[in-house]
Amino acid sequence: MTKRPFSVARLPGFTGTAIAVFLALYLPIVILVVYSFNKGNSVAVWQGLSLDWYAKAWANTAVKEATVRSLIIAVSAALISTAAATMAALGTTRRKAFKGQTFIYVMINQPLMVPEIVTAVALLIFFAWIKVTTGIQGLGYLIAAHSAFCIPFAYLPIRARLEGMDLSLETAAADLYASPWATFRRVTLPLLAPGIIAGAMLAFVISLDDVVITEFVKSGGQDTLPTFMLGQLRRQLTPEINAISSVLLLLTVLLLTAFFLLTKRQDH
Amino acid sequence: MHSLEERANNRSARNGWFLSTPALVILTFAAVGPLFIMLVYSFLEAGQYGNVEWAFSTDGWVATLFTRDIFDDTVSLADAHLTIFWRSVKLSLLTTALTFAVGFPTAWFIATRPPKARALWLFLITIPFWTNLLIRTFAINEIIRTEGVLNTVLKKLGLIETPLQIIYTDTAVLIGMTYVYLPLMVLPLFAAIDRFDMRLLEACYDLYASRWRALTRVIVPIVKPGIVAGSILVFIPSLGAYVTPRILGGGKNMMIGNFIELQFGQGRNWPLGAALSVVLLVIVATALLFYVRAVNREVRHD
Repeated sequence: MTKRPFSVARLPGFTGTAIAVFLALYLPIVILVVYSFNKGNSVAVWQGLSLDWYAKAWANTAVKEATVRSLIIAVSAALISTAAATMAALGTTRRKAFKGQTFIYVMINQPLMVPEIVTAVALLIFFAWIKVTTGIQGLGYLIAAHSAFCIPFAYLPIRARLEGMDLSLETAAADLYASPWATFRRVTLPLLAPGIIAGAMLAFVISLDDVVITEFVKSGGQDTLPTFMLGQLRRQLTPEINAISSVLLLLTVLLLTAFFLLTKRQDH
Repeated sequence: MHSLEERANNRSARNGWFLSTPALVILTFAAVGPLFIMLVYSFLEAGQYGNVEWAFSTDGWVATLFTRDIFDDTVSLADAHLTIFWRSVKLSLLTTALTFAVGFPTAWFIATRPPKARALWLFLITIPFWTNLLIRTFAINEIIRTEGVLNTVLKKLGLIETPLQIIYTDTAVLIGMTYVYLPLMVLPLFAAIDRFDMRLLEACYDLYASRWRALTRVIVPIVKPGIVAGSILVFIPSLGAYVTPRILGGGKNMMIGNFIELQFGQGRNWPLGAALSVVLLVIVATALLFYVRAVNREVRHD
């Protein structure tokens, strides 16, 4: 065996630990996905390859309803939060610092700072009060809650994109007598588009994955996919949960990869 | 008289506020505003079947630490509550320590890769960070359960006869939280180590420092802001954890988050739940202040 050349950056045991960490990080997820293809009904004993559990999850009305509900909420929340975040990003970047700007930053980033359980409880109290006084029910509460905590996630990539943008193109448009609206519509918005799409995708993923706030805000019969999965824990676990998880994981990883590619391109 | 520039600035500020309004309205309605209502509820009387009676009472706050005897009305320290607080703090601190112990070598490893490989390793640590916390907790659950993968494998190998009881213990919660919050430790550590000047290490070794001394006397002090940031980023969600202790800790090994939920379910004590949430919020806000100070110090160093 040849001795590796001396490197100042090498510390004994660090590389081994790091490799072990990466293995430990991915192994449970890989096992979870593998057992979604299990023929038997165990999530720990392998009994042969099959797609039965995917078929079973697909045929399960509760799963279907929860999926549709999750998608309705995630799409609505992504659209609302991205629209609000785009406007806020335009309002808080590329202009002279103004009074109250810090307040706006704190407000926008608030959902990142407050523990989810606290927001969940506060929303439970507030929405219960509205429900009792107005009698209004429906998915609106969940959509409102999701829209709020998605705003910082949509805001960050849009703001990053705006800050990297060149003002001179917009100045040129204005010099050529384009109206402010035309400048925004024809110059700013197309340049900003990758940031907006990235923001919307992040908001969608965050909404789709939420458990805690949804669990507290939802009324009876308003399960989303994650709260449905959480509820299943009280029963015997079957690989059906693994199948649902695997599909959700695949969707998340695909969206995240697209997100990274989108935000990476703007670096060049 | 306002100068032209002043007027332009005023208009710019007005536009800034105007454009931010939709976001501020949504956040006020469905995030910030309800926190104040929660504070109000913590000072109300608990309703018999949940919810509240609109009468001022400090019972919710008293109940965070004390119990009132139902027969003779004497007030004594609530041991069960203290146990839950202590478990939450202990498990959060242990999670922070464990994530640091394995996260530091990982961050060092990533930061010392060639640039191209570094991006890939960084991506690999970021993916779990963004993927569903529930699914990752499920994955751990399926491994450490009584009939889980770990016990099945160990039994097959003949190493154990009766399955290890890991699930529904504090250890299970600790394993789960370390697993799900690890990326929160690695990312800020990486950011700090990435800026570390490796020539300092050359200087250390030239001056006959051992690796251990170089690590403790040079590396750690310089990347300290990253250590503080990572520790707080792990400690805060650990303290407020709800999903992981619910799945891996079961009903007996509650943390504050589960205890809060209990007050809105079987406990039927909304004011107590609200008061506990306010306490958690204050602790987290204090930790965040330390975080901001640590980050600012780092910025000033650059």
